Amino acid sequence: MKPAPFDYYAPATIEEACGLLAEAGGGATILAGGQTLMPLLALRMSQPFLLVDINRIAALKGVSRANGHTRIGPVTRQNEAIADTTLGSAQPLLVTAVKHVGHHQTRNRGTIGGSIALGEPAAELPATSVALGASVEVRSARRGKRRIAAEELYIGPYATALEFDELVTDILVPEWPTGTRWMFKELAQRPGDFALVGLTGAITVQDGKVTKAGLAWFGMGPTPIKARQAEAALLGQSIDQVDHAAIAELAIADTAPFDDHHATSEYRRTVGRRMFARALRETLEARA
Amino acid sequence: MSTHNIHLQINDRPHDASVEGRLTLCDFLRGNAGYTGVHVGCEHGVCGACTVMVDGLAVRSCLMLAVQADGCSVTTVEGLSTGDGPLHPVQQTLREEHGLQCGFCTPGVCMTLAALTQGEQKPSSETLINAMSGHICRCTGYQGIRRAALRLAGEAVAPVEDHG
Ligand SMILES: Cc1cc2nc3c(=O)[nH]c(=O)nc-3n(C[C@@H](O)[C@H](O)[C@H](O)COP(=O)(O)OP(=O)(O)OC[C@H]3O[C@@H](n4cnc5c(N)ncnc54)[C@H](O)[C@@H]3O)c2cc1C
Ligand code: FES
Ligand code: FES
Repeated sequence: MKPAPFDYYAPATIEEACGLLAEAGGGATILAGGQTLMPLLALRMSQPFLLVDINRIAALKGVSRANGHTRIGPVTRQNEAIADTTLGSAQPLLVTAVKHVGHHQTRNRGTIGGSIALGEPAAELPATSVALGASVEVRSARRGKRRIAAEELYIGPYATALEFDELVTDILVPEWPTGTRWMFKELAQRPGDFALVGLTGAITVQDGKVTKAGLAWFGMGPTPIKARQAEAALLGQSIDQVDHAAIAELAIADTAPFDDHHATSEYRRTVGRRMFARALRETLEARA
Repeated sequence: MSTHNIHLQINDRPHDASVEGRLTLCDFLRGNAGYTGVHVGCEHGVCGACTVMVDGLAVRSCLMLAVQADGCSVTTVEGLSTGDGPLHPVQQTLREEHGLQCGFCTPGVCMTLAALTQGEQKPSSETLINAMSGHICRCTGYQGIRRAALRLAGEAVAPVEDHG
């Protein structure tokens, strides 16, 4: 099918974009990489009367580091993020996650911010943002700037705390201490597909003990799910005394998987339990 | 409903047009500019048949608006080789390895392989094989496409058995 008619604007500045969104009073949609929005327009599941294309706003692109954070412009393309050496050294988990988003061709257009703003429950980047403790900075014409922690951003499938007139202008990812190990596993039917079960996280080990942990599931509930009980149980443990299966059980207890035509919730739990235990063992046994 | 004047290069030729905001790049290339080598399958980003190069990168032209290509340089399969001249190395390799049957997916496959092999340095076979996950082929069973991709990465592959 073809998209229904709409007006199209490609503003050059953040202020202009926010002005257009405010004026449209909910009738506008932001177009970033289009790798999710364009199919929704073609299927007429989305019928905005105004499309605000943010691809020509230079201020929304690029990666920088300051004050213990990595700042990512939302319109940074997924393939640009993979090739970015700053991001590679500061946020290796995020780069691993991006490599699992769609295909080479969709990553040439798809953006980091588009994936984070969409909030698809089986997507890699929202869960990785939650695991790492990232946040987004958003701007609206009427209320100015605010910051939302990734953990508070996701409310339900494709539902976020973003208001209709808000534009994500920055993604802030804290840099984890030295001694941090990364954990990423995904089961999907084919490379490039959304996850049936996915797990992403960071564990900091200092003097043989876990001092910090951020772990999240994707594809295991209506939103990315932070494995809070498992994180808490890991803190302070010596890495050679961790009971991987017991921690995995705690991690599964926080999930709320669903049945769909790809897999049952029971299947997701069974796979998730094993995936978690194995990933945890591999991560803790790996030489620092 | 807005209309927009756009100016872009298609296969190294300048094009000016006036387009509706909602017109997709694939429909523009086929319907307005006449490049029917751009194949349109699913129209929502899944099959890869519509893949073209925009400023040297392989992208799905059904997931871009024509107006977004304003100022860009677009290459379609028609831009890979000229008339009766020799085929582009990607086309020649796909042909030799039986990488196509009905040919519906082929322009898209060609554009991804051409985009990834245009640099000085050969891409790894892993890069090319992974990128092929972005294309659906209903005919070949992928083995011919896979062999072509491996060869384009510089790997030697066993010759195809001739069943005469
Ligand atoms: C074949 C295929 C396979 C895919 N596989 C995966 C996969 O495995 N994993 C995965 O995570 N994704 C996958 N995707 C989707 C991914 O490619 C998209 O890039 C991503 O979901 C959205 O990013 P985008 O830049 O394309 O955003 P768009 O499609 O342009 O926008 C998505 C949504 O976010 C909003 N938005 C975008 N930017 C902002 C901003 N700065 N501020 C506020 N709101 C904003 C838009 O209004 C829209 O509602 C796949 C897509 C395709 C076509
Ligand atoms: S027609 Fe564009 S991906 Fe199928
Ligand atoms: S050759 Fe027929 S779809 Fe690929």
